[in-house]
Amino acid sequence: MSAVAARRLADKELIVVPYRRVSVSALATNVVLILLGCFFLLPLLWMVFASVDANPDWAIKIPTPTLANFADVIGRADALSSFRSSLILAGTTTVLTTLLALLAAYPLSRMHIPFRRSFMLVILFASGLPVSMLVVPVYQIYVYLGWLDSLYTTALFLAASSLPFAIWLMKNFIDAVPLELEHAAAIDGASTFRILRQVVLPLTVPGIAVTAIYTFINAWGAFIIPFVLTYSPENQPGPVEIYNFMGSHGLFKFGDLAVFSLLFSLPVIVLYLFMSRYFSGAFNFGGAVK
Amino acid sequence: MAVAAGLGPRLDRERFQWSSLVMLSPALVLLGVLFVFPVLYACYLGFTNLALVGSRSRAYDFTGLDNITRMLGDYVFIKSSWLTIIFVVGSAIIGQTVLGMALAILLRNALVSVSAVIGSIVIVAWVLPEITVALVWYAFSQAGGTLSILLRQTDTNFLVAVPMLIVSLANLWRNVAFSMLVFSAGLRNLPTEVLEAAEVEGASVWRRYRLVIFPLLKPTIVTNLLLVTILNLSEFTLIYAMTQGGPGIETMTLPLYVYQEAFVFHQLGYGTAISLVLVLIGAVFSLLFVRASRSQV
Repeated sequence: MSAVAARRLADKELIVVPYRRVSVSALATNVVLILLGCFFLLPLLWMVFASVDANPDWAIKIPTPTLANFADVIGRADALSSFRSSLILAGTTTVLTTLLALLAAYPLSRMHIPFRRSFMLVILFASGLPVSMLVVPVYQIYVYLGWLDSLYTTALFLAASSLPFAIWLMKNFIDAVPLELEHAAAIDGASTFRILRQVVLPLTVPGIAVTAIYTFINAWGAFIIPFVLTYSPENQPGPVEIYNFMGSHGLFKFGDLAVFSLLFSLPVIVLYLFMSRYFSGAFNFGGAVK
Repeated sequence: MAVAAGLGPRLDRERFQWSSLVMLSPALVLLGVLFVFPVLYACYLGFTNLALVGSRSRAYDFTGLDNITRMLGDYVFIKSSWLTIIFVVGSAIIGQTVLGMALAILLRNALVSVSAVIGSIVIVAWVLPEITVALVWYAFSQAGGTLSILLRQTDTNFLVAVPMLIVSLANLWRNVAFSMLVFSAGLRNLPTEVLEAAEVEGASVWRRYRLVIFPLLKPTIVTNLLLVTILNLSEFTLIYAMTQGGPGIETMTLPLYVYQEAFVFHQLGYGTAISLVLVLIGAVFSLLFVRASRSQV
């Protein structure tokens, strides 16, 4: 029986044909997806393999297992101090941003504020401005104030630049908290601050968590701002340290570099996993431009 | 009315309350000092000859349109503008949107286990700090790196041979998860009745996507285009850590050129002027997308 005749025959059997077609396209779907997955996996695998390889190279290869690289990095004072700097920088930024965003988002969501709509549009526009535009004026301001080379003042600018988006995000979460509860508390005579603390705050915990984690992930990876605003070796956060290591050919071993960036990446991956439970609805902005 | 007097402030939304200003003020102060003021200051500094060191670091002048005239004659600036547009159009507008949509559609139709694993890998690439992405792609594209072995050209350093392509691919690799998540959410929210109707009517898969799904997704697609354009226009860390703008000026996009002029060549005024052009390009793209979203439904 020829292939054409076979297909004609199959055409008459309604159950067989759709099943076959679906299975071929389903196979193709899965194979294409797996191939694309390899494109995403390969560069990552290098970091994982090189970190436990006694003799790593630029290419991925089966490692000669060792933990010496980890021991190396944990023993390096500069690696440890950059972790400390990153923690101070990202921690201060996160606490400041989250607190100010919560305080600002509540009245923007609930109270009568003149020009609120325009204010939210400006906030949205501001979160799209490139940092490159602010780097020079902020550098000038920091020179004038004597604020250069401090992790806390650097965190202040990181907080200012992440605040617009944080306010916008937090306002959307507070908008979703039902208003009736607050009315009830107000009728019972609670003050605005008491309503915020005892009614809104507990219901906004997921929103606060998402805003805080989002801010932390960004501040943890921030590069150009600390790169420009700090210069002492002990104040360099992880990204600047890794950049310096990448440039110092030969002074830093492949394996150590891989371990360092792996360890530096772990906190944000863990935080993202934690956040993603709350985050599923955040990408639904179908008509947000209008 | 005697009863109402004892109930404290009304939660009447039409009345201004001073407590709202108290709560807003810390954010307003921080934004005012370290955001609004720097933006206005940048608009001024862009028209001065401020320098990082030397006499012009203290006594600088307003130089009118000198920086603009200088830009028009500056071949690095012209090339840098083109590179920025190539980077944004290639890596973000086309690359990220097409691959993001493809991934969203594939994830929807593949086996649950395959989707879960591949989806997570793509998202991990997005969550990683940019500097880590720069490092793994630097390693990936070196002579003797994984890419050169896959392509059987172990002597080629792809970061030197095709720098813009590699940097764009690395950026696509990192950021595509964003578009993928946006489109996945968009596909999930489509009205199922319409999709079922198209299927019952016997429309082919391609016709269903072209005539039903993509038109319904148009607002999502436009929003995605707007956001990825704005996010990618200011990309600095990934490109800078991989190439510092090189070899030569082959990957010197505008954010890198701003940094180089301001902090390497000490031309703070001129650097700021270039950053204003970057903002202008972003504004033009945004306006185009907003108009496109309003033209037809």
